Amino acid sequence: MALTGIEIFKMLPKTNCKECGFPTCLAFAMALASGKAELAACPYVSEEVREKLAEAAAPPIRPVKIAMKDAEKVIGGELVMFRHEKTFFNPPLIAGLLTTAMGDAQVDAQLDAFAKMQFERVGLMLRPEMFALKDLGDGATFTALAKKVADRTDAAIMLMSDNVDYLKAAAEAIKDRKPVLYAATAANAEAMGALAKELGVPLVAKADNYDALAELSTRLTGMGLKDLILDSGSRTLKQAFQDQVVIRRAALGPKFRPFGFPTVTFPCEMTDDPLKETMYAATFIAKYGGIVVLSSLEPHRVFPLLLQRLNIYTDPQKPMIVTQGIYPINNPDENSPIAITTNFALTYFIVSGEIEGSKVPTWLLIKDTEGLSVMTAWAAGKFSGDDVGQFVKKCGITEKAKTRTLIIPGYAAAISGDLEEELPDWKILIGPREASHIPAFLKSLQQ
Amino acid sequence: MAFEIPKQIYSGSIKTVTIGKGDKAITLGGETSYPFYVFEGVMPNPPRVAMEVWDKDPGEDWAEPAKEPFREVLGDPAAWAKKCVNEYGADAVALILVSTDPNGDDAPPEAAAATAKKVAEAVDVPVIVYGSSNQDKDAEVLPAVAEACQGLNVVLGPVQDKNYKKVGAAALAYNHVVAANTPIDVNLAKQLNILLGQLGVKDSQILVDPTTGGLGYGMEYCYSVMERDRMAALTQEDDRLQFPIINYAGQEVWKVKECKQTNEEAPQLGDQQTRGILMEAVTAVSLLLAGSDLLILRHPETVKLAKTFIQEMLA
Repeated sequence: MALTGIEIFKMLPKTNCKECGFPTCLAFAMALASGKAELAACPYVSEEVREKLAEAAAPPIRPVKIAMKDAEKVIGGELVMFRHEKTFFNPPLIAGLLTTAMGDAQVDAQLDAFAKMQFERVGLMLRPEMFALKDLGDGATFTALAKKVADRTDAAIMLMSDNVDYLKAAAEAIKDRKPVLYAATAANAEAMGALAKELGVPLVAKADNYDALAELSTRLTGMGLKDLILDSGSRTLKQAFQDQVVIRRAALGPKFRPFGFPTVTFPCEMTDDPLKETMYAATFIAKYGGIVVLSSLEPHRVFPLLLQRLNIYTDPQKPMIVTQGIYPINNPDENSPIAITTNFALTYFIVSGEIEGSKVPTWLLIKDTEGLSVMTAWAAGKFSGDDVGQFVKKCGITEKAKTRTLIIPGYAAAISGDLEEELPDWKILIGPREASHIPAFLKSLQQ
Repeated sequence: MAFEIPKQIYSGSIKTVTIGKGDKAITLGGETSYPFYVFEGVMPNPPRVAMEVWDKDPGEDWAEPAKEPFREVLGDPAAWAKKCVNEYGADAVALILVSTDPNGDDAPPEAAAATAKKVAEAVDVPVIVYGSSNQDKDAEVLPAVAEACQGLNVVLGPVQDKNYKKVGAAALAYNHVVAANTPIDVNLAKQLNILLGQLGVKDSQILVDPTTGGLGYGMEYCYSVMERDRMAALTQEDDRLQFPIINYAGQEVWKVKECKQTNEEAPQLGDQQTRGILMEAVTAVSLLLAGSDLLILRHPETVKLAKTFIQEMLA
C-alpha cells in the first residue's frame, strides 16, 4: 500500500532547502503522500530512495493512456473491487470490430454509425470511443483499413493481427494515432514488444491461463514496456467473468504486479447472437473490463451499455447534479403549467421522466439545492419558500410563460405559505409526493 | 511459482427461502460467495426470473413493444399469467395490483384479493403479489390477498416500515413470504428485517426488496446497496441481511422515456423494441451481478436472455 507522509519523510534529505517549492521536507512528504506533489521536485533524494518511492507510489493497476484523435482516454488505474468502497475512475472503452474481410460499404456504414453515436445526458457526452481492426490475413487491406479509420474518425484504434509484419506496417502508417497493438503472445513477445516500444504505444499481452499471462507480462515489463493491457484468452462468459475478478483482485490485494494492468474483453468473439453479446458486454462493464469489443455498433445495443457504464462509473461520493434552470418538457407554450423541483440528478430524471410520460406540455424549473433531494433540501433550508420564490422570479420563466401557477413537490408542502408571500401574484399548487403520481396530477389540471 | 487466486474469506451465507407450493415451488438463496463467484463458493439455487402481470390493461402506461407479446391477454390477468408460464417459461408470476392505487382506480381490497386468488390458482408456479406501494392501501389490500391465497405460499410486497405490522401479521397467519422493501439503504433494510423478526416472521419468510432503479435512472444506487448488503451478509456476518434479494425491475426500466420513444421519435437510438429489451436485459445483468435472487421482468425476450445468462454463468 502507499506510504504515509511520515514514512516518506524519513527517506528525504531533511534539509528543508525549499527547492521543491514546499517550506519543509515534512510538508513535501505530506504532499507526496496525498499525491499533490511529484518526487522529481526534490533534486537531492538518492537514486535508491527514488526507486523505492516510485515502487511504493505506483498505482496497483497501471493507468494506461489510450489516444483518440483529439482526446486522451485512460483505462485501468482502479483502486477498489466495489464502487461503493470509493469509486471507479476510468470507464471501459466501448469498441466496434472491423475486419479486413468486410467490404467497403460495410466499413463505411460502421464509420458513419460511429460518428452519429453521440448521446448527450446531464451535460455529458455518451459515446463509443474505439474501433478494433482485425487482420484476417491480408496485410495491404489491413493498412488501408487502418488509414481509413484514422482519417475518417476520431476513434481510438486497436490493431489486431497474428502477423507482426502486417501489424508493423499498419501501425507505422497511423503511428501518430498511437494505436493499441494486439497481441503479444509467448511466441512473438520479443518482436511485438520491440515494435510497441519503438512506436511508444500500448500493447496487449495475451495468454490462455493465469501462469502464462503472468509470465508474459513479466517478460514484457522486463523489456521496459509499461503500458500493457491483459487478455486472459477466455471466450466463455463464466471463465472470462472469473478472470476479470481474479485479475483485479490479484492486482489490488496482494499487489501482484504482473496483473497490475487493465484488461481487454471480447464479447464479439463469444457469441454470434447480438443480444447475448450485449449482455456479455454489460457483464464486463460492471465487472472490470478495460476495453469491451463489440462485433458491431448499433445504437439500440450501444445506448443501453453507455447508460450502464455511466451508472456504474458515477462517483458514489458525490451527488449527481443537473444545472439550475428552465427545462421545457413536451414542448410547452406560454399557457403551460410550471413545476419546480431540486437539482439532484435522480430527482430530475424521475420527475422529468414522469412529466414526459404524461405527455402534458410543462415547464420544469430546476433549482440548485447542491444535489440534495426534495426532503433533504427542504430540511437543510436549501428549498425554502424565500429561496424558491426568488429563484422563480429571477430564472426567466415569467418571460416564457403567462401562467402564474407553480406546482411544488408534495414533500415540500410546508413552504407553500412562505412562497405565497414571496410570490403574491402566483397560485401555489402542492403536487404529489411520489413522482409516479405526477401524470395523473398534470392530467387533472388540464380538465 | 504457480499463480494462486487470492482468497476472499466468507464468514456467512445467504439464508434460503422457499416460495410457492408443490412441484414448481422455488427455493431462493443459499449462496456462500459473491454473486456468481462460483470458483470460491456455491450458488445452490440459481437466481430466478418472474414475469410481470398487471391486474388491469396497462394501456398507455406500457411501451408498445412491451405490450405486443401479451396483446390478447391484457386485461385478463389469469390468462396473462398462464401465457407467461406456458409460452414464455416464467419461473414465477408477479401480479401487480395497479388497480388498487388510491391515486388511480382505487379498487377495493376484496376485488384485488379475488384477482390474486384467480391468478394464483391459474398457474402452478409461485406467485408474487405486489400492491400499489401506497402504504395505507397496501395495509388493507395485502392482508386480504394473504387470506384469499391461503395455503399457496405467495410473496406479499412491498412491505414497508409503516405497514409491516399488518402485512407481516397476515403473512404469519396464512403462511406467506414477505418482500421487505426499503428506500435504497442498507441500514433501513436491516432495520425492517429486524422489525419483521420481532413480529414473529421467520427468516424463511423474508425477501429483501432494496428498491430498484432503472438503467440510466438511478440503477447505480440500488446496485451499490445490493453489493453492500451482500458484503455485510457474506463477509461481516450480518445475520439480518442474509436474505435473498428480489428486484422489481421491469416497470423501472420500461417506464422511462428511452423505452417509450418510437423509431420515428428517436431514430438516433435505433430500434425501439431491441433497445427496450436490451435496456431491461442490461439492467437484469447488472442486478444479478450485484446479488439479485429473484428478478421481476417484463418482456419475454428479456426473460429468455436473463435465464440464458444465469445458466451460462453457472454452467
